[in-house]
Amino acid sequence: MMPRSFRLHRLVPAVAAFSLGVAALASCGGDDESSSSGDLNGKTVNVIGTWGGDEQKAFLQMVKPWEDQTGAKVKYTGTRDINTVLTTGVASGVLPDLAGLPGPGQMAEYAQSGALKPLDDVLDIQTYTSETAPALVQLGQTNGKTYGVFIKSAVKGLMWYSPKLHDYLASPPATWDDLMSQAKANQGNAKSIWCLGLESGAASGWPGTDWIEDLVLRTAGSDVYTQWYEGKIKWSDPQIKKAFDMYMSDVVANTYGGPKTAVATNFEAAGDPLFANPPGCEFLHQASFITGLGKFKSLEAGTDYNFFPFPDIDPQFAGSVSGAGDLFGMFHDTPAAKSLIKYLVTAPAQDIWVKIGGALSANKNATDYPDDISKRSAEILANAKTFVFDASDSMPTAMNDAFWKAMVALTNGSKSVDQVLADLDSAQADAYAS
Amino acid sequence: MTDAALPADSAATPAGTVLAPPAATTAVAQRTPRGRGPGRPILHIAIAIILIVWAVPTIGLLVSSFRPADELSTSGWWTAFAPPFHFTMQNYSDVLSQQGIGAAFVNSLFIAIPATIIPLFVAAVAAYAFAWMEFPGRDVLFVVVVGLLVVPLQTTLIPILKAFAQWGITGEFLAVWLAHTGYGLPFAIFLLRNFMGSLPRSVFEAAAIDGASHVTAFFRLAIPMCVPALAALAIFQFLFVWNDLLVALIYIGLANPDNLPLTATMANLVNSLGGGWYLLGAAAFLSMALPLVVFFALQRYFVRGIVGGAVKG
Amino acid sequence: MDSRLITAIEVVVGVPAVLVLYIWSTERLLSFTSERWRRRIRPWLWLLPALGFLGFFLIYPTIRTIIRSFQSKNELAPEWVGLKNYRWFFTNSDALSALTNNVLWVVFLTLFVVGGGLLIAVLVDRVRYESIAKSVIFLPLAISMVAAGVIWKFMYDFKPPGTQQTGTLNAAIGGVGLGPVAWLQSPGWRLSTFAMIMIMVWMWTGFAMVIISAALKAIPLELLEAARVDGASEWQMFWRITFPLLGPTLAVVATTMIITSLKTFDIVYTLTNGNYDTDVIANLMVKEMFTFGDFGRASAVAVVLLLAIVPIMAFNIRRFRAQEAVR
Repeated sequence: MMPRSFRLHRLVPAVAAFSLGVAALASCGGDDESSSSGDLNGKTVNVIGTWGGDEQKAFLQMVKPWEDQTGAKVKYTGTRDINTVLTTGVASGVLPDLAGLPGPGQMAEYAQSGALKPLDDVLDIQTYTSETAPALVQLGQTNGKTYGVFIKSAVKGLMWYSPKLHDYLASPPATWDDLMSQAKANQGNAKSIWCLGLESGAASGWPGTDWIEDLVLRTAGSDVYTQWYEGKIKWSDPQIKKAFDMYMSDVVANTYGGPKTAVATNFEAAGDPLFANPPGCEFLHQASFITGLGKFKSLEAGTDYNFFPFPDIDPQFAGSVSGAGDLFGMFHDTPAAKSLIKYLVTAPAQDIWVKIGGALSANKNATDYPDDISKRSAEILANAKTFVFDASDSMPTAMNDAFWKAMVALTNGSKSVDQVLADLDSAQADAYAS
Repeated sequence: MTDAALPADSAATPAGTVLAPPAATTAVAQRTPRGRGPGRPILHIAIAIILIVWAVPTIGLLVSSFRPADELSTSGWWTAFAPPFHFTMQNYSDVLSQQGIGAAFVNSLFIAIPATIIPLFVAAVAAYAFAWMEFPGRDVLFVVVVGLLVVPLQTTLIPILKAFAQWGITGEFLAVWLAHTGYGLPFAIFLLRNFMGSLPRSVFEAAAIDGASHVTAFFRLAIPMCVPALAALAIFQFLFVWNDLLVALIYIGLANPDNLPLTATMANLVNSLGGGWYLLGAAAFLSMALPLVVFFALQRYFVRGIVGGAVKG
Repeated sequence: MDSRLITAIEVVVGVPAVLVLYIWSTERLLSFTSERWRRRIRPWLWLLPALGFLGFFLIYPTIRTIIRSFQSKNELAPEWVGLKNYRWFFTNSDALSALTNNVLWVVFLTLFVVGGGLLIAVLVDRVRYESIAKSVIFLPLAISMVAAGVIWKFMYDFKPPGTQQTGTLNAAIGGVGLGPVAWLQSPGWRLSTFAMIMIMVWMWTGFAMVIISAALKAIPLELLEAARVDGASEWQMFWRITFPLLGPTLAVVATTMIITSLKTFDIVYTLTNGNYDTDVIANLMVKEMFTFGDFGRASAVAVVLLLAIVPIMAFNIRRFRAQEAVR
């Protein structure tokens, strides 16, 4: 579709006027964009995001076909201080063309200030909506307009294990109780059930929040889950407290090395004991992206490690899945920026990253997964009865930060469940106030 | 020797008489009580212990930077010295193969050299005024200048970036040269004023009696006498700018990523989840090399005698 | 040739030249006025370039910050809220805990860095391998904060008891049957704060050493020789001659370190982001400003930081007046 129209321009510049007509006919997108695409040669698009290392390489590979077709160039800057850079940029009006956004909260703020441009007239909204999970589409909207899109996604709450200890592939535990009893039965010489690592530098604590989110989703359901991150029910509410209690009694109490190890271990290395001899633990609860990190990266998918989905807890909420993704928005609506963001949400574009590995696509039609594990995790995402976005990422940043901190204090044992929930209640009163 | 320059220089000034050129040079020859006293072995042992304590973390990183990534989180760096001696250059080649690293290195130089020299000169002039000129409110003004050291950089980003955007210099080196000058001045003025202030009044009075103006005193006395302080300052400012990421990211990165320095490239070795951190060791040693050369180059100015002879009067 | 190179050369040669020309031409202009006016105006002409930079880059944003601290969160339509942001700071337990940590930082970082720098400068002044020794101490200062984070990850790493320790420190204390200790994850007795102070001591002692060493070299040898002839011991010479003469330099280093401690941010942000009771004021400020987007509170925190240095500045004024009297 669109890429073909670009190629036409490049190959036959002399008959540009003619090919414009052809392109408009051939293109599924609005014809105003494709008519301006002929001028993109030599243009640049500044992009700022959080991706670095292998992610940066993958992203650059992803935009390569677009660059080749349009003759435009993407200048990418990766930074882990995206909050600082964008907040400063929005406040002073110096901004990149496209940027990875820190979260839905900031997206709404930037949109309100007029810095972020709506994408409704840029994207082919109907195609985009039909190809993307509703939860993701919704998350990119504020005040009824689309400001953010997703270029890749991840499934949260997968249970990783080593098939060498016991292979769960044929009959994965269906319920939480089943999981706990199977864990006891198949423990073998493993020292404990869970591997847990909360340390993550400036974001320490987030793997703990993922645990709570998965437990809330499956004990209280997606409605309560949504009310919870929207700040409409209190943290001390029994429905939320239950998840915290379960986390303490079923997870922390059975964790490898005890609480002290859990808070001091980096999430990337948390799974290492799975592969030790004797194994330190049976399971690691982590998102799909762990396969691109630490030891997982050098091990063989399927033979050295595998996963099963988070089992259901309350049968009435069966089939709920939580996930995450990186929001992407547009600050300058130049023809080149418009053309690029339009390209990035398409299946052929997202297939490039998917093929490289370490990411799931946000577009349902991008399915070029390199191995069985990523294919299965993508299927979980696509087939979920209810798909919800990571709750902590959907909360106001101040709430999210308090949540991270609370998980560290709770796991560490420096605060009790009730103390932590009281802290979070007062943080909630403050964070949702404005 | 470097201190030979001063007597020659100062002899040309009317104040040259107050300096004691030959005495200073001879004093240098027999300056320290080296090889004397009963405490010598203890002294050497004490220094050795301090040096080892200081070097261990760096050595740990150096060794780690040559180790394969998957062994880093499972065994301590010292185990590399036992069989099977797993060493690799992979980390270094990964860092060096990073796209645009050469251009980023050149950018870093373009940023750091002017951003070191400008504040040095501006500060020296101001420090002289604070040290040797009388005017009402001098002490209070000086303390306010020093107090500006505490202003967190982050609070200045938005108003400055707005102004830069109006002037149309965002994304250009000029923006960071100016910014680093502004941010570096309080400390530079503080250090230089103290150094100049501790020079003996008699030197400057004698110069004034001999008819030397402030201009002459500044260029012929203050500047040469402050060489060690200027050298120290140059090193600190260079290091600060060389290792800076935030200022460059805001004033350059938002508008023109092509001009970003090495620190930005190095930070991008790590992905958004922290994967690839093991490359930072190799990156650190590569980016540290130049500042260390600067340090060694300037270290020869930290010798006794440069100012020593001047204090006699 | 690269046009940027030409610009850079222009700047490197041009800025000093312009300054020299500036000083020279102001002197020319002043020669047309009376001696009284010259004395009055000259200092300001010399200060003008520096004050211009400071006014624009630091004073103007600071005035904005002070005004902003009395306004509400929203940057689009800030409202006046009086002292609300300050009330928040002084009643919030996290903020007060950060304040406590900053006190620890100020006391211990300053003490260790100034003391360590002085000790090392004096010790290495007496040996032939001085420049090598100084380079070793100085080296950490050349390391970027990100790399320092990695280095100390290797130093402080924690593995569960009974397994092989990969952290240097835990392996060392394990050798004598202690530990392991989760250095950076222990809120008790603010151990993690001290662990981070030690990182900064490691980095900044080289800074103190370089400045103190430069001052040490400026002490006239004649003074020391005379004392030695009079039969003074090394110890007496240090306390009676060297130390008093180093006074102003030590004050400069101490003042700089106190301010550095107050502004401590990077290391806390990279390693724990304030978890485990390690938060500090500057990290709190950055978080409020850039993560939470609350410019009102962030500005109030910045103003608290400004107020904290008033006593230090008062001390410096007294010191200058005293110095003025004796020199």
